[in-house]
Amino acid sequence: MFLARRELVFARGRFALMGVVVALIALLMVLLSGLSVGLVDDGVSGLQRLPVTSLAFQDGVSKDSAFSRSVVSEDAVAQWADQPGVAEAEPFGNTLVNARTDRDVEIDLALFGVELGGFLDPEPAEGERLAGVGEAVVSATAHEAGVDVGDTLVLEPAGTEIRVVGILAEQHTYGHVDVAYVQLSTWQEAKAGVREGDVVADRVYDEVTAVAVRGDGSGPDLAAGDDAAGTTSMTLEESYAASPGYSAETSTLQLIQGFLFAISALVVGAFFTVLTVQRTGEIAVLRALGAGTGYLVRDSLLESLFLLVVSSAVGVGLGVAAGAAIGSTPMPFALEAAPIATAIGLLVALGVLGAAAAVVRITRVDPLTALGGNR
Amino acid sequence: MTAALRLDEVTLVHSDGDEAVTALDRVDLAVDAGELVAVVGPSGAGKSSLLAVAGALAPPTSGSVHLGDVALGDLPPRALTALRRQHVGFVFQSGNLVPALTSLDQVRLPLTFGRVADPRDPAELLARVGMDHKAASRPHQLSGGERQRVGIARALVTRPKVLLVDEPTAALDRQRSQEVVELLAREAHEHGVAAVMVTHDHDVLHHCDRVLEMVDGRLEVAAPAAG
Repeated sequence: MFLARRELVFARGRFALMGVVVALIALLMVLLSGLSVGLVDDGVSGLQRLPVTSLAFQDGVSKDSAFSRSVVSEDAVAQWADQPGVAEAEPFGNTLVNARTDRDVEIDLALFGVELGGFLDPEPAEGERLAGVGEAVVSATAHEAGVDVGDTLVLEPAGTEIRVVGILAEQHTYGHVDVAYVQLSTWQEAKAGVREGDVVADRVYDEVTAVAVRGDGSGPDLAAGDDAAGTTSMTLEESYAASPGYSAETSTLQLIQGFLFAISALVVGAFFTVLTVQRTGEIAVLRALGAGTGYLVRDSLLESLFLLVVSSAVGVGLGVAAGAAIGSTPMPFALEAAPIATAIGLLVALGVLGAAAAVVRITRVDPLTALGGNR
Repeated sequence: MTAALRLDEVTLVHSDGDEAVTALDRVDLAVDAGELVAVVGPSGAGKSSLLAVAGALAPPTSGSVHLGDVALGDLPPRALTALRRQHVGFVFQSGNLVPALTSLDQVRLPLTFGRVADPRDPAELLARVGMDHKAASRPHQLSGGERQRVGIARALVTRPKVLLVDEPTAALDRQRSQEVVELLAREAHEHGVAAVMVTHDHDVLHHCDRVLEMVDGRLEVAAPAAG
């Protein structure tokens, strides 16, 4: 790196300008990564934390709105429980509601209906587990929004009252609203909009959103289970797409990230193309003096690698600092090391690829042009 | 004694548009170690082509080139690059220095390309060409003559057998021209380097051991070398 090191120092203004561009791209990558993770957390962290391998919905239900449209009967739960490869199967209810606490905190909630003491019934970090009807255990983010143990949630418009008995340790959100776990019959009444004093039809207590299935290691045969129970199954990961807005948000961000990768490769490639063209005469002299193609290509690629790594590191540093500031706002934003490392790794790799495409020109420089009046 | 550089019946034909141009026409040349040969002639006579063929930058269309006992025609491109690195020194017009490097780094540069058997000490060499006081200066901080001196040091650092010099005084005034060619002659004589210098400048020919003239690709004896 004899030449590269000195070129970097000598043309520091030019390289700094390029470095700023790469650092800004890296900064944007970090912010997009934080936004992606934040949106995923906001959209499906409640689902991610369900201890299930698959969910069985109503047969033929639309896959992008399965949670809001699916209705399955408790019979399907029994059918699924008997399937080979299934450790446990339980009814699962999911519906979005508007609520207000008795301390006048307005909050939208995703009510998750679960069986008391079942494998879906969560262990709160604060307060008690669900013990009966009319109780809720809520997400840590609901607590941050002002909901506390002992509060009474009034579901609108039916006026159903639910007492908060526990707070979960982590964020549990679905479709950008906080999750409240309630006992199944409480969920069924809320879903049906039952008001105090209403006569409730028996079918209300037979209907749930889906069958939550936990495999026993070998895993259930989803197609066979669906045939037996008359359902349409999705793995837990597949079910994320049924969360409101999830696919649109993630695909939009992935598209932007994809464009950023392409732009970074093109920008770095264009920069090194111009640099290589400007250095054509110098490269001819170096080749005439006995520098091999490998030496020149290696030197240029190390130069680009150094530029990309240092600029990306600066961009990541700025991104993390910006992320810390954004994290204190309501914006869905969460920084995680793995997606940032992957994004920056790709940025550097594609940048080097762009530089490599430019540096190929070095192999075509004729050392003969170093002689005579060619320069 | 084997000549350090020998060209036998070398012809070089290249295309200029649709036309074939004979740049070198059955050229014979033998240069001994420690000898400085000047080649003069009008522009386009084939002087630079002669350096290109002698320095393994261009293969001849016919004929053979030998560096010592090594026939260049037998070597693959990789070996020719290694041969240039180890045994051939080039001095270009205006020095052709790398803008990012200091004078000392310019001289060290050829040693970074790969293994060199018995290199000269770059700092010592820089002092020998009278440029030690500008060791930390970059090309844009040097005069034309100083750039040429650094270029000469760069060409000599690998202790080459052959030194090929392309119009070294093209951008220099009379006094600087004399100093630069005097330096070249001294180095060639003291270090046993076979040197070929292409030039338009007849005022510096008295430093050379032989003067040849190139006319339309043919090499002829021009005049006896001046003392």
